[in-house]
Amino acid sequence: MTVEDPRTTAVTGLGHYVLGLGDDALVLSERCAELITRSPTIEEDLAISNIALDLLGQARGLLAHAGELEGAGRSEDDLAYLRLDTQFRNCALAEVPNGDFAFVMLRIYLLSEYFILRYAALADSADSQLSAISAKALKEVSYHKLHARDWVIRLGRGTAESAKRAQAALADAEPYFDELFDDTWIHPDLITAGIAVSEAALRDQWQAALDKTLSEADLELPGASRPFSGARHGRHTEHLGNLLALTQSLHRAHPGASW
Amino acid sequence: MVNLEDIRTAAASVPDPEIPVLTIEDLGVLRDVAWDDAGGVVVVITPTYSGCPAMAEISNDIKSTLGHIGVHDVRVETVLAPAWSTDWISDEGRTKLSTYGIAPPAPTRRDGPVPLTLVSVRCPQCNSSDTKLITAFGSTACKALRKCRSCEEVFDHVKPY
Repeated sequence: MTVEDPRTTAVTGLGHYVLGLGDDALVLSERCAELITRSPTIEEDLAISNIALDLLGQARGLLAHAGELEGAGRSEDDLAYLRLDTQFRNCALAEVPNGDFAFVMLRIYLLSEYFILRYAALADSADSQLSAISAKALKEVSYHKLHARDWVIRLGRGTAESAKRAQAALADAEPYFDELFDDTWIHPDLITAGIAVSEAALRDQWQAALDKTLSEADLELPGASRPFSGARHGRHTEHLGNLLALTQSLHRAHPGASW
Repeated sequence: MVNLEDIRTAAASVPDPEIPVLTIEDLGVLRDVAWDDAGGVVVVITPTYSGCPAMAEISNDIKSTLGHIGVHDVRVETVLAPAWSTDWISDEGRTKLSTYGIAPPAPTRRDGPVPLTLVSVRCPQCNSSDTKLITAFGSTACKALRKCRSCEEVFDHVKPY
């Protein structure tokens, strides 16, 4: 099956772009949702489930908008439940498994810093719906960052064990950094027109925020990993397929099920 | 025929499903009530958070409340911009929250969310300002959980947002 490109006729590639934004939120939301009833404390359970809910809300808005831009009548549910893994446009950092609590919090932190920069820029997007979704999402991801950043610092400066795990989480996450700032999946006209944001242009700010946090946390970037790429183009890690199998099984077994 | 003011008053009386002491108007969720071109009513609401699970219920409650005053041709629209802020909670809403035992939010800042560890919040039970944050994420998306060191009461706090 070929990978379809849900671009619109009106604005080339905008639906494709918005779908990628929505998939980032959806897939990270799914990973956070896996922690519900499994977090180390009830407070963390509430925190992570609240984060998952915010991300799911963002994903719904973005996927619904992507469906409208595509103009083929696909709803947010059609896009979430009926695409193959090769048709998802999310970054790989959102999809890799949770691992331990250090990785869970570090991932939320890294992606929150990234989402903050992206949504802050998109709040001024020439596409009014994308601008509205982004302005709202910006407030939410800023709050997520505060929480996750606290944890990264607490773990980095906590016990020898927590520091070791936080450092290991950083090494596990680092191969997926480059991909966050790769513009090759975004139609260049969208960036020129002020509709999309160049992700490459966000890297310095993101790196500066990360360096500050790591310095407060007494953690160091290993800087020696081999970068992963391709998820934005549908070449995902083997983990996304498993995640989607779980997410989509009910809808595929009982199409249109509701309760 | 029911006039628009009556329709607006009825829509404004719909309680928030998660904090029923507040109406959707107190909360700033109700944005507009107007006639559409075809003679139906359009009610415009905005979600507090992107993932607010109460929007469908609020929409149904508006339709059923307006149905009780004989208005059946109702369309509920959701808008996202401008993004909802706790600054939109009315003064009356803030008083109701406090009486209900939920600490109302302080005014928001322009430069992003306030770290809740730095926020000073008064206990809605005994009015002491000696309270501490238990968790930044509470029972609903819009609330944090705090504890009063003076009277030991645990209470919800609508976080400035």
